[in-house]
Order: sequence, then structure tokens, then C-alpha cells
Amino acid sequence: MILVTLVVFIGGTLWTIIHSFTSSRLLPKLNFAGLDQYERLWGTRRWLVSIDNLMLYGLLSLLLTLVIGFTLAAILDRKIRGENAFRTIYLYPYALSYIVTGLAWQWILNPDLGIQSVVRGMGWQSFSLNPLNNPDTVMYGILVAGIWQGSGLIMIIMLAGLRGIDADIWKAAKVDGIGTIKTYLRIIVPMMRPVFITALVAIASGIIKLYDLVVALTNGGPGISSEVPAKYVIEYMFRAQNLGQGFAASTMMLLSVMIIIVPWLYLEYGGRKNDR
Amino acid sequence: MNRLASAVCTTSLLTVSQLAIAVDLEVTHWWTSGGEAAAVAELAKAFNQTEHTWVDGAIAGGSAARPVIVSRILGGDPMGATQLNHGRQATELIEAGLMTDLTELAEREGWRDIVNPVSLLDSCTLDGRIYCVPINIHSGQWLWLSHAAFDAAELEVPQNWGEFVAAAPKLQDANILPLAMGQQGWQQNLAFGAIMLGIAGPDAWAEVNVEKNAEVAAGPDFKKVFQAAAAARELAKNSNVQDWNQATNMVITGSAGGQIMGDWAQGEFQVAGAVAGEDYTCLPGLGVNEILDTGGDAFYFPVIEDEATKKAQLELASLLISPEAQVSFNLKKGSLPVRSDIDLDAANACMKKGLKILDEGGVLPSSDQNFSPDTQIQIEDLMAEFWTSDMTAGDFQESYSDLIKNAD
Repeated sequence: MILVTLVVFIGGTLWTIIHSFTSSRLLPKLNFAGLDQYERLWGTRRWLVSIDNLMLYGLLSLLLTLVIGFTLAAILDRKIRGENAFRTIYLYPYALSYIVTGLAWQWILNPDLGIQSVVRGMGWQSFSLNPLNNPDTVMYGILVAGIWQGSGLIMIIMLAGLRGIDADIWKAAKVDGIGTIKTYLRIIVPMMRPVFITALVAIASGIIKLYDLVVALTNGGPGISSEVPAKYVIEYMFRAQNLGQGFAASTMMLLSVMIIIVPWLYLEYGGRKNDR
Repeated sequence: MNRLASAVCTTSLLTVSQLAIAVDLEVTHWWTSGGEAAAVAELAKAFNQTEHTWVDGAIAGGSAARPVIVSRILGGDPMGATQLNHGRQATELIEAGLMTDLTELAEREGWRDIVNPVSLLDSCTLDGRIYCVPINIHSGQWLWLSHAAFDAAELEVPQNWGEFVAAAPKLQDANILPLAMGQQGWQQNLAFGAIMLGIAGPDAWAEVNVEKNAEVAAGPDFKKVFQAAAAARELAKNSNVQDWNQATNMVITGSAGGQIMGDWAQGEFQVAGAVAGEDYTCLPGLGVNEILDTGGDAFYFPVIEDEATKKAQLELASLLISPEAQVSFNLKKGSLPVRSDIDLDAANACMKKGLKILDEGGVLPSSDQNFSPDTQIQIEDLMAEFWTSDMTAGDFQESYSDLIKNAD
């Protein structure tokens, strides 16, 4: 087990990083080229656009998925009628692959087939909803599809967390005369910290590997306005037959994950040790 | 006597069984549109008439198919034969010894004498050995015009790019999109290449594309190329289709005036039952400089350690370049054959235009032959950005000449 971990994760990662300093084309070769690949990477507009897009998507998706997931879970937790049915409906999108989600939303957002034509058919002729064909709005179109797919799972995780809260807490809050929303925000949410962290990791990993949704929805278009880093890596490794460039990009992705994760790990685990 | 007889029997049995080993040969390609599928069916039919079987491995879309094909060969799961664009896509695979050497077969059948233009065979050659069979010639410098669209706008069908641009406002008045354009980098790149050839002329084109002279690309004479591209971008505004055949379909149905696309568009017109000269007009070299590039498709045969398979591979190679296959395949696909010694009377008006240009030697190397896949993708990315944004012609020229400077 340890051997597998070492070889597959550490070994594979090191191999990739080492080859990102070479000028490998179709086949990996150890002809070192220094920082050339990185210089080219950060001088490529497509990569810069990809980073911008991922940051926008990541920030909004993280925030909205958490808020929507928690709100849905809280509503279901109020012991509403038909909870099972709603739970199933909200979780269903998660059972679909991103490709299916992408194609479905491509139709929904298509001006000639989807929402726009339906609303216009009902008489509102000036209504316009065509996010995917506009470079300025395309990322929001992808965001809607991503949230539609992902928030159901977060809802379930949150719901499990909420069900784990002792009913006495609620009673105590009621005795003290604290309002429902305030109880959620001030008492329940802080108590659910581990659940939030689980949810955070699930969402964050989905954001970093964002690829298939973009491929199915827009394939990076219009132009290069919805490109994402993972797509850059794949295309330069295989379509452009330039492994070095793809490896450099994937190393940058790893680095950005590390920049976020390492301080967090330190705070989460390093700090606790000091308490004890 | 008895022993001798049995020995003879066994040997003959052995030879018979060796000859008769039927092989299922998997052939991968990305010919999936209507006209292309019809053409590849001709090859499969011919190959199935031998004792072998053609196992079709079609993968839709060249840019999706090539990585799959390459990673299968690299990953030790090679197919029997595969389509690739000859040029530089397979260079490293050949260097790594993963492709079958076809030199013997080529010398026996005299490919060097029959393939025209011979530069196609040069693109299959590495260090003097031949590794692929060119199957067709494709050129990307065609302007396809819809008679229905120009009739609806009460216009004469233009005879060159200048007339087309001049006619565009009237088309727009008639609610017709002047220029259909699939929103994919390679299509936008193809259109730009054709405009470049049309506006700058073959000498300047070759200076930039073959010699990779960035100074020419950045120079004042080349400015009008980028301005023409910016003008074309206006004509293609609101063209929301993705795939090239969807764009071609707009020309067929008359909802778009024209499309810049390779000669493979021909196959779509044919499947739709449209007649060249009556329903549509084709203008090679955009009707300005009647010159075509000689890209195209070729078949490569990954090395497979099995005698029977090797034999079947060589049989297929020989079949692909045979006159019969060349005629039946290229007529269906609308591409030009790689040999000039065959009878193509059945070709339609557009193909005959192409054949005539080929005969007169008006050929240039294709971008697959000029640029590495790496450079091509960078150029395609720039094209995708330019055609969908409001990048100015000046910025476009600057970025493009930067790419040419670093091209390989």
C-alpha cells in the first residue's frame, strides 16, 4: 500500500515535474531546457485566460454551492412534507456525468431551443438569454450548470450534518428566545465545521479538475473565452504533442493547489497539536 | 513414396493455410460526415473482397481522434492501420520505431513514379524510408457559394473574393448571413490561410508559411491580409454553428451566402444532391490566385508483431493506392486522387477545376507539412480568439508574426 502510494503519487508527480523542465514533444525525453516551458506558459494568453476563468468559477462556485447546499438542507431539515421526494430530485443531477449535464444545459441555454425560445413563445418577444455565445457571460452559463450538478451532493452532506445536531440544542435556543435563522448562523453552522470542511474539499477538487463540463458545454468557446487549465494541459500534451508544455501547466496547477492546501493543513492540524 | 506424398501434402497445406489466414484489421479514421462515410465505405468494400476483414474504428472529429490514435499506438494497443494527415504528426512515432516501413512495397510498385505531386510522398518519408500511403489530396482554399442565397438577394453569383465582399451588404439586407463559419479554431485558421493566399499571393504566402519569415508577416504589405480577415469576421458575425458540415449545410440550404472550406465540403453538396454550377459555385484560391495546398490524408501502419497481420497491412497499403480504390474513394469524398494516371471522367465540375490546377503545378505545401502540431495549435488558439473577439487587425498582425517567429 505504501509502495503503491509512493510510486503512483509521489513518483508520478516527481516524474511530471522533472519532465516539465525538458523540451519533450510527443515522447518524454530528458533534454533539459531550463525554465523555457514556464516562460512560454506565462506568456500565453490562453493560459492566462484559463487561470482567470478558473478563479472566477472557483470563487463563485465555492460560495454558491455552499450557500445553496446548506439552505436546501436546512429547508429539508425543517421536517417538510415530501422530504424524500425533494431529496431525490435535488440529488439526481449528481448521478449524471458532466458530459450529460453539459449537453443538457447546452440545449437549455441554446437561444433557438431552450429557455429563450420558450419565453419568447409565451409572448415576451424581447427576452434574451444567450450566455454561451457571449465571451463576457459564458463562464456564468457554465457556473449555473456546475452548481445545478453539484449542489445536491453538498445538500446531502449538510443534511447529514444537520441531523447529527442534538435536538436539545434547538430546545435550549428556543428557551433562550433565539430566532431560527440566528440559531442556524450562530450555533449550528459553527458546530458543523467538520461537515463544512468535507464539503469544501469535495467542491474544491471538483473546481480544479473542471474539464468535461467545459468540453461538453462550449469546448472552450466562444474563441478562448471559457478555457480552463485542465483543458490546456490535455490539449498541449496530446493534441499539440508537446508534453513539456503540458507538464509545466499541470505542475502550475499542482503548485496552486499546494498554495491553498498547505497553509490550511498547517492551521488545521499544526495548530491543534499545540493546543494539546 | 508415401512419406514424400505426405510431406508434399503437409507443405502445401501449410502454404494454403498461410495464404488463407484471414485477418481482422482494425482501421481508425475520422471520416464521419455523410460524404466521408460514403467514401470510406468504398475502401472497406474493396478490402473485404480480399480474404481479410475491415474493422471500422471511426472516431468523430480529427482533433479528438488524433490523440486517441497516438495514445493507443504509444500505449501498446496499436490498430492495424490508421489515417493521419501526412506531414509532421507522426514524425516522433516513426523515430520511435512504431510505424511499419513501407519502402520495399513502395519501390516494388513504383510509388515515386505514380504519386503526383511527389511532395506527398516526401511527407511520408523520413531518412529515405517511406512510412505512409498518401490516399488523397485536400486543399483548403475554396470558397463555396450558394446560388439559392444569391438568387434570393437578386444578385449575380460572385466570381472572386472581392466581388463576394462587395455583395455582402445586399445579402445581409435579404436576411442572409454572408459568410458561414464554424466556431472552431481550425476552421477559422483555414479561412485565414485562404484569405492570406488570396490577398498576399503565393510568394508572400510561402515566405511566411514555409520560410517562417516573421518580418514579412509583420510587414506593411501584409497588413491588408489582416484587414481583410477583420472584414471577413464582420461578414461571419452571428454564425453560431460549430462543425464545418453544419456551416456547409447553411450554404446548401441558402441561409448563408458562402463558406471558406476545404474541398471535402464537396462531399456534403454531393450527398445533398446539389449540382456544381447549378446549385453552388466553387472558387479555388477564392477565385483570386488559383493555387491550392496539398494537404491530405495518409494511412500509417503501426508495427504489429504478427506475420499474418503484417501481410494484411501491406495488402491494404497496396490496395489504397490502386487505381480502382483511388477513383471510387475520391469521387465519393470530393478530394483529388494522389495519382494522375487514372480516369476521372466521372468527376464533377469542381473536382475538374482542382485537377486542372494540380496538372498545372499550382500547388503549395499544407500547414500540416509546414508546422509542427504544437505551432498549429498556437495559431488555432489565436484564430479562435481573433474571430470571436474585437481584436484589431494591428494586434492580430503582431500576435501572428510573434507566433511565426517562434514557429517550428
